[in-house]
Amino acid sequence: MKTGKVTRMGSAVARVSAVAAVSVVAMSGAALADKIVISNWDGYMPADLLEKFTAETGIEAELALHGTNEEIMGKVVAGGGEGYDVLFVSSPFAEALNNLGLAAPIDHAKVPNMANLYDEAMQLSHDPGNTYSVPYAWGTTGLCYRSDMMDEPTSWNDLLSPSDDLKGKVTMLSTDRWLMGAAALALGKSLNDTSDETLAEARDMLIAAKQNLLSYDDTTFYQKLVSGEATLVQAWDGWCNYGIAENADIKYVIPEEGTDLWVDTIVVTSASENADAAHAFVDYVLGQETGVWVASNILYKTPNQKAMEALDASLLEGFPNMAMQPADMTRYEQLRDLGEGQKAFARTVTEIMAAQ
Amino acid sequence: MKQRLKTAILLGPGLGWLALLMVVPCALIFTYSVFERGVYGGIDYTFTLENFRRAADPLFLGIFLQSAKIAGLATLIAILIAYPAAFAITRAPRRWQTALLILVILPFWSNYLIRTYAWIVMLNREGLINNGLAAIGVIEEPLPLLYNTFAVVVGLVYNYTPFVVLAIYASLNRINRETIEASEDLGAPGWVTFRRVIVPQTVPGIAAGGVFVFVLSIGNFITPDLLGGGRLQMVGNLIYDQFLSARDWPFGATLSMFLIALMMILLFAQAMVARRAAREAAR
Repeated sequence: MKTGKVTRMGSAVARVSAVAAVSVVAMSGAALADKIVISNWDGYMPADLLEKFTAETGIEAELALHGTNEEIMGKVVAGGGEGYDVLFVSSPFAEALNNLGLAAPIDHAKVPNMANLYDEAMQLSHDPGNTYSVPYAWGTTGLCYRSDMMDEPTSWNDLLSPSDDLKGKVTMLSTDRWLMGAAALALGKSLNDTSDETLAEARDMLIAAKQNLLSYDDTTFYQKLVSGEATLVQAWDGWCNYGIAENADIKYVIPEEGTDLWVDTIVVTSASENADAAHAFVDYVLGQETGVWVASNILYKTPNQKAMEALDASLLEGFPNMAMQPADMTRYEQLRDLGEGQKAFARTVTEIMAAQ
Repeated sequence: MKQRLKTAILLGPGLGWLALLMVVPCALIFTYSVFERGVYGGIDYTFTLENFRRAADPLFLGIFLQSAKIAGLATLIAILIAYPAAFAITRAPRRWQTALLILVILPFWSNYLIRTYAWIVMLNREGLINNGLAAIGVIEEPLPLLYNTFAVVVGLVYNYTPFVVLAIYASLNRINRETIEASEDLGAPGWVTFRRVIVPQTVPGIAAGGVFVFVLSIGNFITPDLLGGGRLQMVGNLIYDQFLSARDWPFGATLSMFLIALMMILLFAQAMVARRAAREAAR
C-alpha cells in the first residue's frame, strides 16, 4: 500500500506541482484540450510511462504527485476535483470520492484492456463491476519477521502482546486503518466496525501494545529488520519484499486471524473535461507492460492477469507472497469507506497516538 | 505630511505581509475552531464549542505539558551549550570570529530532514554509538538511545543551538568593554565580573535565543516523529495528524489556537525582558 511519512516532505513538492498543473490547465484552456493531469504517488508508475503514452496516443499528460491518500483527498474535495483528470488512490478513498460525486463512471467500452484483469478483480467489494474505479495493485498486510531470530509468528497477538524477548523489537504501522486493523483482526471483528465497543476494545489493546513497540513505522520498517534493530514488524506484503530482497532470512506471513485485502485504484474525476483522454490513459496503464513493471519493480502484486502470468519465475520464488493467488486474497475483507463512522474512528486513533 | 507618506510607504509592504500571512490565517484558524468537521475533511458550518471542550481533556493537556517539558529541557541545554561557545567566540581574535560563526551555522547548509536522519544512524541499536561502545567493551547490551524522549531532546538541541549561539554572541558583542575593565579595575575576581557585569547585559540575548528554541521545539513534529518513533507525541504531531490523517480540521485548528496563544505569551514575556534590559542600560 502506498502511503508514508517520508513523503510528507515530498508533499510540498507535490503541492507546487499540483498548483502548477492547475494553472497550466486554467491558462491553456481549449488550446490544449487534449492535456490530462494525473496525480499519483512518487515512483508508483514507470518514469517513462507518460512519455510513451503521449507518443502512442498523441495525448499530452502531466504528472502531479501526492504523498498520501489524505493529501490528494483534501485537495480534490476542496476544489471539486478541478485540475485533475486521473487519480491514483486506495480503495476506501475511491469509494469516498464516488460517494461525494467526484468520481466519473468508467466506460468499459473505452477501456478494452480491462480484459487483462483477473475475474476476481472485477468483483471487488468496494466497487463490483469496476463502475467508478479500476484496480492497479493489490495485496495483504501481515507480519514481516527475521526467521533467523524468532519462530514463525502465527497470530496478530504475537505483535500486539509480544513475548519478553521481542519487547522493544517490534514496530507497527501508524497509518490509522492498518493500526486499527491489527486490533480488529485480533479481536475477531470486522475491519470496518466503528461501533463504540469495538473502538474502545481496540483502543485499550493498542495503547497496551504501544508500550512494547520499538517505534511506529510506515516507511522504514523493513530496514529495521535488515539492520536487526527490529525482529517483527507489521508490514504490507510488497514492503516486506524490500526487506526480503536484502536478507533472505526475512519472511512474510499472514496471521491465522486473517488480513485485509488492500487495493490501490485508478479513478477518473467527474470534473475531468477530457474524459476520453483520461479513459485512454487508464486503458494504457492496464496494458501488460505497466503491470509487469509494477510487479517487478515495486514488488506489489497487480490484478493484471496478463502481466502476472508474464512474470519471471525467479521473482515468484524469491518473493513467495508474489505468488499468492487472487482467490486466496479476495476471501479477506477490504477496508471500506467508513462514512460517518470516520469521526469516531479518527477520535479513537487520536486517543491512541496521544496516550503516554 | 510628506514624512507621514514616507512612513506609510515604508511600512506598507511589512504591514500588508503581516495582515495577509499572519492576521488572515489566524482569523481562519479561529473560525475553523468553532465549527464541526466534515466527514471527508473540510468544515461543516455548524457552530460548536465541542472542540474547545475536547482540547481541554486531560489527555491533550498532558501532551501540551509534555511538549512544554521537552521544549523547556531542550532550551535549557541549548543555552548551557551555546553560552560558553558564544563567549569563546567573542574572546577569539577578530579575524577568527567570522570563521567560527560560519562553523556554527554550517549545519544549516544541509537539509533538516537529512540531519535528523543522521541521528538515527548514530543512535540506533546497531548504530555508531552503540557499536562503538560495544567495540571498546564499555557496554554489552546496546543502550536504548533512540525512539525516546532522550533522542527527541538531542535532535532539538542539535538543530536549534546555533540560533542561541548567534543570539548570545550578538548581545555579548554589544557589551561595552569599558564596563568589564571598570569591574576588573575595582578588584572584582573574574567570575564576579562574569556574573554581575557580563551575564546581566546578555539577558536579552539569552531570552531571545531561548524563546526561539522553545517556540520552534514545541511546535516541531518531524523530530518527535523520526527520533521519537511516533510513540512520543508532541503538540505539533497532534495538530499535524488532525489535518493530514484524522481529517478533523476544526480540532486541529483549536489545538493550533492553544499553541499560538502559548507562543504569544512567551514572545510577550521576552519583549518585556528586552525592554527592561534596555531601560536599565540607559540608566
